[in-house]
Amino acid sequence: MLKTFRIGGIHPPENKLSANAEIENFPVPRQVIIPLAQHIGAPANLLVKKGDLVQVGTLLAESAGFISANIHSSVSGRVAKIDQAMGASGYRKMSVFIDVEGDEWDAAIDKSDIFIDTCDFTAKEIISKIAAAGIVGMGGAAFPTLVKLNPPLGMSAEILIVNGVECEPYLTSDHALMMSKGKEILVGTQLLMRSLGALKGAIGIENNKKDAIKLMKELALAYTDIEIVPLKVRYPQGGEKQLVEAITNRQIASGSLPISVGAVVQNIGTVFAVYEAVQKNKPLIERVITVTGKHLAKPCNLRVRIGTSIADLIEYAGGLPEDTGKVIFGGPMMGKALVTMAVPVVKACSGILILPSLESKREFASDCIRCAKCVDVCPMGLVPNYLMTVSDFADWGKAEKFDIVDCIECGSCTYICPANRPLLDYIRIGKVKVGSIIRARKN
Amino acid sequence: MSTKLIISPSPHIHSGDTIEKNMYGVLIALIPASLVSFYFFGLGSLIVTLVSVCSCVFFEFFIQKYILKSKIRISDGSAFITGLLLAFNLPSNLPIWIVVIGALVAIGIAKMPYGGLGNNIFNPALVGRVFLLISFPGQMTVWPVPGVFPMQYTDALTGATTLNMIKNNFGEIPSYTSMFLGNMGGSVGEISALALLLGFAYMLWKKIITWHIPVVTVFTVFAFTGIMYAVDPMIYAHPLVHILSGGLLLGAIFMATDYATSPMTKRGMIVYAVGIGLISTVIRLWGAYPEGISFAILIMNAFTPLINIYVKPKRFGERKKND
Repeated sequence: MLKTFRIGGIHPPENKLSANAEIENFPVPRQVIIPLAQHIGAPANLLVKKGDLVQVGTLLAESAGFISANIHSSVSGRVAKIDQAMGASGYRKMSVFIDVEGDEWDAAIDKSDIFIDTCDFTAKEIISKIAAAGIVGMGGAAFPTLVKLNPPLGMSAEILIVNGVECEPYLTSDHALMMSKGKEILVGTQLLMRSLGALKGAIGIENNKKDAIKLMKELALAYTDIEIVPLKVRYPQGGEKQLVEAITNRQIASGSLPISVGAVVQNIGTVFAVYEAVQKNKPLIERVITVTGKHLAKPCNLRVRIGTSIADLIEYAGGLPEDTGKVIFGGPMMGKALVTMAVPVVKACSGILILPSLESKREFASDCIRCAKCVDVCPMGLVPNYLMTVSDFADWGKAEKFDIVDCIECGSCTYICPANRPLLDYIRIGKVKVGSIIRARKN
Repeated sequence: MSTKLIISPSPHIHSGDTIEKNMYGVLIALIPASLVSFYFFGLGSLIVTLVSVCSCVFFEFFIQKYILKSKIRISDGSAFITGLLLAFNLPSNLPIWIVVIGALVAIGIAKMPYGGLGNNIFNPALVGRVFLLISFPGQMTVWPVPGVFPMQYTDALTGATTLNMIKNNFGEIPSYTSMFLGNMGGSVGEISALALLLGFAYMLWKKIITWHIPVVTVFTVFAFTGIMYAVDPMIYAHPLVHILSGGLLLGAIFMATDYATSPMTKRGMIVYAVGIGLISTVIRLWGAYPEGISFAILIMNAFTPLINIYVKPKRFGERKKND
């Protein structure tokens, strides 16, 4: 029996079109747009001005507090302007526009491919290198990694869990990264364990990536304290709470963080970035992205400089198909549908998905038939149809009583609903509202 | 960039499940029981079934088109199910005009005034059936004896049902094999345990329903009648007789699991199913009617909104009370 989480879950068609595509290096673009807020928390404080010359790895903006992150230049060239630019969420964000000239790297960065597995740094030194490199959660949430490495007083990490689940359909960037950088990921895992004082490490991988499980198991033989855990294919297993439960069999209480049960979760991409930051002195200036879609000529996994336009990536993968309906930033279950393709790649962007127009439109929603399928699939044990109703009626008291804030917005309820009801749309509204009511009450 | 992109919040993919798929799935699951009833009750069962289905669909269409002036949604299949289930709960020699009245009550009173599919409080087919039982007790409590494709309708030879025999302490009850296959007197669709179980297996396979309501209902009846049988086997029938006779399996598998009128959560479904099992057993053993599953389901239907509010599912990371 493969391990998995206990409550709810769905199994959408996997559609991992780019599963066997090796990572290609995407050419350095002619211009990049680097937003100052690529993470949850405060936007970084700008350090450069128009006309400045920068190199790959030059600090463009400095972390603006505990929950924030450094931003580095991903190219060499000249700052063309500092201006608002459209981000994936549809909001304009302050960004640095850089015109590329050559490809000059900061001298401190080790550009070579040489694998370094020895490390004499103390926990403190590792953490400060991670902070300097501006690393954030690369699975999608973009939570600054530094914060997770500083547990609240009285709490300590027993186990570091590396998230190689990639439960979103279509996406394969973590899979591809494990296949090509397995050794580096294990070193990164060790570094993170040392920084946390965690004695155990576990890498959770869903069973649809058998080659990655096999490879990682072979490589992990060299480490007695890292376990590779194959997991049953089930969405949303990559959710932090679900993954911790699948691996440790412990449920994180409502409103608590994984550290409350002694676990810290980091994404595969993040762990690789940690390796590069600590062993290679390389800040987070590029990442692996899946560019995929059923009608796309060449679904692929690309190593891309932060700030590259998504339109360029789609062009590289064969151009936008004629019948395109949606361009999605992320996976089909939790990604954001883009208004325009003139959006830059950011640290948390794991994939670009092109959906044909036939699959892009929602069906007509009819009355709830109370089949209870949404209740069956909810991984948090909520009653989605009821939460939708109370959100619709703006009954925030009932919404709070039925734990609307526990919703992880995985979308399983909307996915399964035979009446095509937009359950999650309404629950999101209620969640925001109830969240602000709770905060106001505390203050 | 000239391409117009479609935007919406996530998720961007859908399972492709539809109301129609679920409803037609239930209809497919009802096919075995229909075939058995045509075999044992012949022409009568065919007429009652057709009249019931056609009138339910007609009344739904008529009400949507001329009274509510709303979208016509008879193609979702729910009216077909109501019609078929109503027929299954009627004797196969019931005159056409009574069947039509039953259909009118089911659709015109129990379903559409509440807002149609998903919004009704009581199971429409059962409301129709109980209305007829109370209004036409004579016609509703004589059942034709089974034959092989009998060509009689209202002139069919009638006899007592197993539960009647137990209640009034006469006659020889059929063998377990006869009861399991359906070779006994009863309403159109309730006789064959085998056919109903086939339908149950199909619905489980297609994930139309979960096991909770049918299994818990039948288990409750089995346990309750088993205790009474152990107390005094001379007065109380064997629990297997109770399970195989009457409308228990039909009710537990197809009527109690009606989406709109049953609870949303697994815990709630168990509370609801235990209630149905207890009430139907009490009626069978000590009530005035030989059969009580219809009343039991309708009574528990009334509790469903309450169960939905008070019986929540097990939440992720639920704190224990002492925490």
